[in-house]
Amino acid sequence: MMHFLLLFSRQGKLRLQKWFLPLPERERKKIVKDMTTMVLSRKPRTCNFLHWKDLKIVYKRYASLYFCCALENKDNELLALEILHRYVELLDKYFGNVCELDIIFNFEKAYFILDEFLMGGEIQETSKQSIAKSVEASDMLQETMEEYMSKPAF
Amino acid sequence: MTPSVRLQEMIRVIRSARTQGEERGIIQRECADIRAQFRQGDNGERSHSLAKLLYVHMLGYPAHFGQMECVRLIASPRYSEKRIGYLGAMMLLDEKQDASLLITNSIKNDLSHSSQYVQSLALCTLACMGSAEMCRDLAPEIERLLRASNSYIKKKATLCAVHIIKKVPELAELFTPSARTLLSEKNHGVLHGAVVLITELCKRNPDTLDQFRKAVPELVQIMKGLVTSSYSPEHNVAGISDPFLQVRILRLLRILGHNNDTASDAMNDLLAQVATNTDSSKTAGSAVLYETVLTIMDINSESGLRVLAVNILGRFLLNNDRNIRYISMTSLQKIVQTDHNAVQRHRGTIVDCLKDQDTSVKRRALELSLALVSAVNIRSMMKELLIFLSFCPPELRSQTASGIFNAAERYSPSKRWHIDTILHVLTTAGGDVRDETVPNLIQLITTASELHCYTVHKLYRALVKDIAQSLVQVACWCIGEYGDLLLKGECEEIEPMQVTEDDVLDALETVLQSHMSSPATRGFALTATMKLSTRITDNVDRIRSIVSIYGSCIDLELQQRAVEYNALFKKYDHMRAAVLERMPVMDKNLPGHTNGDTPGEIKEPDTSKPKPVEAGLLSEPASQVCDLLDLLGGTDTPLQPSPAPTSTPTTTSSADLLDLLGGLEPTPVPTVSVYEKNGLSLKIQCDKQTETEVTVSLIASNSTQNDITNFTLQAAVPKSVQLQMKAPSGNVIPAHGLGQVTQTVLLNNPNKASLKMRIRVSYSNQGAMHQDTVLIDSFPSTACQPSISPL
Repeated sequence: MMHFLLLFSRQGKLRLQKWFLPLPERERKKIVKDMTTMVLSRKPRTCNFLHWKDLKIVYKRYASLYFCCALENKDNELLALEILHRYVELLDKYFGNVCELDIIFNFEKAYFILDEFLMGGEIQETSKQSIAKSVEASDMLQETMEEYMSKPAF
Repeated sequence: MTPSVRLQEMIRVIRSARTQGEERGIIQRECADIRAQFRQGDNGERSHSLAKLLYVHMLGYPAHFGQMECVRLIASPRYSEKRIGYLGAMMLLDEKQDASLLITNSIKNDLSHSSQYVQSLALCTLACMGSAEMCRDLAPEIERLLRASNSYIKKKATLCAVHIIKKVPELAELFTPSARTLLSEKNHGVLHGAVVLITELCKRNPDTLDQFRKAVPELVQIMKGLVTSSYSPEHNVAGISDPFLQVRILRLLRILGHNNDTASDAMNDLLAQVATNTDSSKTAGSAVLYETVLTIMDINSESGLRVLAVNILGRFLLNNDRNIRYISMTSLQKIVQTDHNAVQRHRGTIVDCLKDQDTSVKRRALELSLALVSAVNIRSMMKELLIFLSFCPPELRSQTASGIFNAAERYSPSKRWHIDTILHVLTTAGGDVRDETVPNLIQLITTASELHCYTVHKLYRALVKDIAQSLVQVACWCIGEYGDLLLKGECEEIEPMQVTEDDVLDALETVLQSHMSSPATRGFALTATMKLSTRITDNVDRIRSIVSIYGSCIDLELQQRAVEYNALFKKYDHMRAAVLERMPVMDKNLPGHTNGDTPGEIKEPDTSKPKPVEAGLLSEPASQVCDLLDLLGGTDTPLQPSPAPTSTPTTTSSADLLDLLGGLEPTPVPTVSVYEKNGLSLKIQCDKQTETEVTVSLIASNSTQNDITNFTLQAAVPKSVQLQMKAPSGNVIPAHGLGQVTQTVLLNNPNKASLKMRIRVSYSNQGAMHQDTVLIDSFPSTACQPSISPL
């Protein structure tokens, strides 16, 4: 099970945080700080796995964003790399050539997509098309309601 | 301004702030705005405000005042508001907040909503932050959704059930029946969720595990379908059909096949198929292969399969991708104990990985290399490890050093190699070794008595060059102990180097005065200097002056030592040699050995010496003691009976004592007669071994007409002297001086007290019992000519 998923920029600014375990706010802040320090200090051609406390940390850099997740001992690190990649593909499909700015200005959509892909730290859907369809349908539902109420979305 | 851009406008404004202070100001204004919005109630703007608040929260600013707003929005009938409300709940609420309970009712309602997207929002939120009470409340709903809904909801309900079981393990039975039926679903999402659910159920309850073993054939079938299926665009990742599902099924198979032969047999073929057919050129394939290898190693697989698995790991080791090399070493680490030989085949590659640039890879390679060290490859492995130690990153140094020490201790081919290795480590990484290395090394050096000369030469040279504390401590101890060997100059195994007494004292003084020396190190150096006073000849005055300087040192430990050593010089000069003599070989199991104190402590030698006397005392029957005490006029010097000829007299440490202190050839000394009466004559012969040890031989002869039988000797000495009687050569002395009985007595006189000995003889002659006592007054230390006063 994944414990958390973080996205942060090269300067250490947090762009997305998803926690699959209940942790107090103070604890979360500390973890974010630890993760950013650890991952940002890694040299370019080192492997993508780290050890932190009793968790395995898997991270991957896509353009200017670092995707970082924490796994339990039994989880498969190579598969986690695939999970991160799948999420990036989903974002790319949705936003069309996604870049960091898309995620900054539409963070709530990034969350909605994530919530269609992962749940409780596990994968809920393995088909890209299926996820894309559900997100599209939800957006439609929102828009339809908004049209009805004659008020646009956020 | 249209509301649709209000959120994005705020983000833009915040990002354009040039300083942290400016940003804080903007945030404060916005938050005030948001709060006002919340107070206004329902006006269609609430969702925008909450969205803005969530952004502010992500920047790290407090946002707790939005919690109640989340609760309200979740209860709203509008989908857009629900959506942002649930997102806010997941971000701002967790089970520890009271407000989280308030949404339970909304979730319950939404679980039965007509729109599946609303249902999905509720399920997602419950799986993310549902507390134990919420889970208990809503579990029946989830179970219903597991059974009777479309696949979109089923897959979410399954993962929600997993969360519920984690929070409330007792509810596992509720979900067990439905879990089984879910395996027959075609939808991959539901299938994946089902496998996760079954894994969780099996983890919690061994009975459930047995139950689900029956599902192994079904799982094998599903896997086979995935592996051999034709290209399916929906699930394909780099040529592998749904690697996520494959990995999950393999993991479940691992749990089901563990320690169970039938289940393991059922999956053997499948695992072989997956292992051989999966293309590992991309990460997805490698992920599946990796999981397969883990499964093979964990179940009762046949040996051919295990060999296949290890070979796959070996292939991974040679992969260009660093991640895969790291993974393979992690897996090899897990199996190195059970499949040692198989892993040994890849030792070369593993050792090469020590030179990799990545620290994580280095760490794995180090652990694995240390696990692979064996008696066969110790020399070559140690060479590699020592090279690694010189270049390794600082965080790995101490682990490497201790690993090397352990390996050297278990497999060292010779003592000299062992000492060389430890010295090498100390010179390379002396600052990173653990404290118990010092006494361990010293103990090792004392056992290698033939290498004392070599060791002390090497250490002296190292001391001159280096300042690592552990090394300095060991070097000081050795120089103090074996300084005479150092000064002799030649040593076969090392190039000759002339070391004068001044050089040695200079080196020790440098250590004493250096800023880098820790107090413990200074203690070592001071004691070593003192010990040298008995081993060198010319510069005793210099030592005296060094020692007296430290008598006023601020450090309490050093001051105490210096004062005691001063006293040794002044009042107790006659005891100095005895006190500072060579240490015996240290037994590793002696208590108090590894307490980290300097083993050069004066008190230590005494602990080994009283042992033989105590052993003898314990075996003495009480009645005899009283008798003898009377005889000796009330003094409490213990009398030792001569042991029976068949008893084994000594403990080994005493014998070693003599060995180390030996080396002096006993010069033939005259026999002196001490007793002559009734035809029985007793002579003694002194062999002086060292300044404190005397071997006394008592020779009894018989000039009467008849044999003397039941001849026994008993001896007593003053308290400060230790006595040990060896077995007599016999207890019958033949008549007419035709034969003699000899008995050896070992005396140890560390305090150089005046030696006296009382001897009581008892024998039978012609049927009559005779007893008599002889007092031998003094044994002068040089001549050993006793003066006798018969009683």
